[in-house]
Amino acid sequence: MASVSETETAPRAREIAGLSLARWRAIGLAAFLLASCVLPFFLSNYHNLQLTIVVIYAIALMGLNLLTGFNGQISLGHGAFYAIGAYTTAILTAKFGVPYWATVPVAGILCLLVGFLIGVPALRLEGLYLALATFALALATPQLLKFKPLDPWTGGVQGVLLRRSASNPPWGLPLTRDQWLYFLCLAIAVPMFWAARNLIRGRIGRAIVAIRDHPVAAETMGVNIALYKSATFGVSALYTGVAGALGAVVVGFVAPESFPLFLSLSLLVGIVVGGLASIAGAIFGAFFIEFVPNLSDELSRNIPTIAQWLLGYTPNVAERAATAAQWTIYGLVLIAFMYLMPTGIAGFIRLAWARLTRSRGKHP
Amino acid sequence: MAAFLHQVFSGLATGGIYASVALALVMIYQATHHVNFAQGEMAMFSTYICSSLIAWGLSYWIAFLLTLAIAFLGGLAIERIVVRPVEKAPVLSVVIVFIGLLVIINSMAGAIYSYTIRPFPSPFPTDAWYAGSFINAHEAGSIGVTFAVLALVYAFFRFTPLGLAMRAAAQNPVSSRLVGIRVGWMLGIGWGLAAAIGAAAGIMAAPIFYLDPNMMGSILLYSFAGALLGGIDNPWGAVIGGFAMGVLENLAGAYLVGTEIKLSVALIVIVGVLVAKPSGLFGRQLVSRV
Amino acid sequence: MRGREDDPERRLNAKEETMLSRRRLLKTTALSAAALAARGVPAWAASTPGVTATEIKIGQTMPYSGNASSYGNIGKAELAYFKMINEQGGINGRKINLISLDDSYSPPKTVELVRRLVEQEEVAFLFQTLGTPSNSAIWQYCNDEKVPQLFVATGATKWNDPKGHPWTMGWQPNYQTEARIYAKQILATKPNAKISILYQNDDFGKDYVIGLKAGLGDKYDKMVVKELSYESTDPTVDSQIVTLQGSGADTHLTAAIPKYAAQAIRKAYDIGWKPTHYLTNVAISVGGVLEPAGLEKSQGIISADYRKDTSDPRWKDDAGYKQWLAFMAKYMPDADLKDNNYPYGMMVAMTLVQVLKQCANDLSRESIMKQAASIKDFELPMLLPGIKLNTSATDFAPIKQMQLQRFEGKSWGLFGDVLSG
Repeated sequence: MASVSETETAPRAREIAGLSLARWRAIGLAAFLLASCVLPFFLSNYHNLQLTIVVIYAIALMGLNLLTGFNGQISLGHGAFYAIGAYTTAILTAKFGVPYWATVPVAGILCLLVGFLIGVPALRLEGLYLALATFALALATPQLLKFKPLDPWTGGVQGVLLRRSASNPPWGLPLTRDQWLYFLCLAIAVPMFWAARNLIRGRIGRAIVAIRDHPVAAETMGVNIALYKSATFGVSALYTGVAGALGAVVVGFVAPESFPLFLSLSLLVGIVVGGLASIAGAIFGAFFIEFVPNLSDELSRNIPTIAQWLLGYTPNVAERAATAAQWTIYGLVLIAFMYLMPTGIAGFIRLAWARLTRSRGKHP
Repeated sequence: MAAFLHQVFSGLATGGIYASVALALVMIYQATHHVNFAQGEMAMFSTYICSSLIAWGLSYWIAFLLTLAIAFLGGLAIERIVVRPVEKAPVLSVVIVFIGLLVIINSMAGAIYSYTIRPFPSPFPTDAWYAGSFINAHEAGSIGVTFAVLALVYAFFRFTPLGLAMRAAAQNPVSSRLVGIRVGWMLGIGWGLAAAIGAAAGIMAAPIFYLDPNMMGSILLYSFAGALLGGIDNPWGAVIGGFAMGVLENLAGAYLVGTEIKLSVALIVIVGVLVAKPSGLFGRQLVSRV
Repeated sequence: MRGREDDPERRLNAKEETMLSRRRLLKTTALSAAALAARGVPAWAASTPGVTATEIKIGQTMPYSGNASSYGNIGKAELAYFKMINEQGGINGRKINLISLDDSYSPPKTVELVRRLVEQEEVAFLFQTLGTPSNSAIWQYCNDEKVPQLFVATGATKWNDPKGHPWTMGWQPNYQTEARIYAKQILATKPNAKISILYQNDDFGKDYVIGLKAGLGDKYDKMVVKELSYESTDPTVDSQIVTLQGSGADTHLTAAIPKYAAQAIRKAYDIGWKPTHYLTNVAISVGGVLEPAGLEKSQGIISADYRKDTSDPRWKDDAGYKQWLAFMAKYMPDADLKDNNYPYGMMVAMTLVQVLKQCANDLSRESIMKQAASIKDFELPMLLPGIKLNTSATDFAPIKQMQLQRFEGKSWGLFGDVLSG
């Protein structure tokens, strides 16, 4: 009979370099926040624009992740809420002269209501059926935006232009317009993420996750499924609506073509690649959906050069591929990501952590 | 009255195409419990292959059958090579792989064949006996083909041992393995069959819709809706759902709300039906133990 | 006596070390500060951005993916044409480097890509950015930053606005002009017509409705009995055609892209509806639209165009047509010649080459806009005979003329005079 080895004491806390996961997370977060405040001063205006778009996507993805990642309700139609937020801002600033920063909370609240209302019939739909219904919503959005009776506000097919000068840095701050908009979006994103984090960590968050994992058990424990599910839909729509509102300010123009089905699909791609049910996942996902299409395009347009380098000449096929290969490359990258990191980037980090801190003690 | 009948028959014609693609979707769902978003693009690509075969001189029906065979092998290959590595992954990860496939196939079709529309021949002579003033020969013929395919699929699943094995593999992979069914290959064959059905649908659709890389994109939503409306696990239901979508789309556009928001209306109706009967009109109610 | 300072090999004492390192610190700080400050003045604001002694760098966004991807062939034609020009030595010794990016017809993407082209790639100007919503999105930016938005690839009317938007210029005759020509023709030949319209539910289609309204004036409400739209995501327009037949119209205008135009023509014939059919010149290609629809079903269709159709046999021996064919054979051998986007792209590229030649060695942005606004009677090989480009400081619409044509037999027959809308 083997004796109990001396190492069989209380389980050792997992650490790397003497710091626990929670500590590493805190350090990472601090470094990240510091970088995000300092970086804009060293980057060109164009890169600041891209970072601003990443922040906006991150807010939208946080919303979708709340609904799909934490609550298990698949939505393929969040582009609709993004569009509602964007148009709210556009209409209020362009047609009613409301200052743009005041329209953001209005967009959020409007989307909260709409999301809640959509969440009610969604209660009856599960998985695939909910996916279809939201898919239909995404497809119907451009058409609804062109609905004739709404033309005086939405501008119909012409869309709505927002004046660029309206969003210049206020109070004579020594910032460029792009830096100002970046910090504005950041100032809105940080509290929203903090609120989401607290929501998830608290009772409500546990209820939401319980509904995803074991709806029957949750109900038995007294969770009001209908209320929570609809409310989560609403809050998720709020986040994405705020993102849409900020997007309208940054881009300066809204039109039905700005919100195609591909936007909703990109949001879904973002949360899955970033990591479902993870707050950091929203940020990873935002970087992915903003930069990977651009990088694929770079790679695609350099195919003739690569062919030249590899083969010594550029075959006709390489020239034709230069303008056509972007999305093939993007699709391949997507599939590769899912092979290597099926649980997303955040999930991969978790796995890597677990591997690296595997207990090295003796076993009986 | 004539206009109404025109709308209905025109709806049945397009509905026939929706029904075929819906059938392919149900096929994959029954075999793998996944909804393949890339189904439409695979069908479109197969149709381009058929178009090339015909252009190289093969007769229509030979090209048709050869394309179905190629599509079958292609679907099988995609399942074994692309989908297999993520079989065990969470559902949404698999959906992302499908989206990736969709993007790749669409992009490649555009790169290889460019975006100008191609006319596609119809095998049904324009003065056939089944042509009428409300529905032309090809539209009638394609509805016939849809039903023929449906009958074949039904017979396959119901009466052949392979069909039985496939159903078993989808419902209970563990027990199926114990009985000696090679579950992995069953999934592959399921994909192959679905690809072949999709190819047939695309070849029937091309003369009506005109072939271009974005041909199936719009059809996919209606097919998806039709499949869910009729019940995602029921081939008959999918076909009826597809026809219903075609007619509904036309009638909504012509009489209810105009073409400007007919998409929204058609889909509100579907959502309404699903809310009332969540597993579709003809689907099986699944009761699970708590 | 040699002082301490003259001996290069002596080692620094402590005090000198400190001073040296302090100086170095100061220098690097000053340089960094200068670099940071310099960031505030973008390099692309220099007087001739994008232009070197050997190259002119220009940028565009095109929909190479998404629903509008058939227009991507325009960008490909332009890339091929500039390749040809470069092989022939370029313009005044400078090669044209066109950076063509895919915006998938999505305005937010267009904004991002245009800012990249202007601020990161530092292009001299934008050339043939495609799409009305895409160009609307960057309109303000280009005019604020004084970047020429040259020869935008859209037929919307609003680009001809030299006062309000002096940096933006279109190229093709706009859709409203074309629709007004149809209106005039209808009033002249069939003043009691009952008109129906099928239009794509976006800027392009709606412009035809507006143009027809403008052309018919107060007769519009009486004459137009039904107008129906379709989405570019719809599979087919058969249902709309059936409804339009039911309205009793005897004259019909189709403002649709090739795929839906072909469907409309075919369905109308199949259900026995034979209105006088006016068709947008976006969809007049014999090989690309009428043949798929059925030549026998397309008899009598009327359109107004400014270009020679590539698949119309009547241009077989025309010098301009042969020139285009030779270009395609050498530089785009695998392309589908039935696509009218290719001669369009070639001709706009030729227009740009003319403008750059007119600029000689002054390739500043102001000079480019000035020369673009000074085109006089410029002819192009694939334009209908009699149509010429003309611009001035108050006229930013290079092509304003079109001619009516009717489809008979296997080709388009021109009739009437060259008109201005």
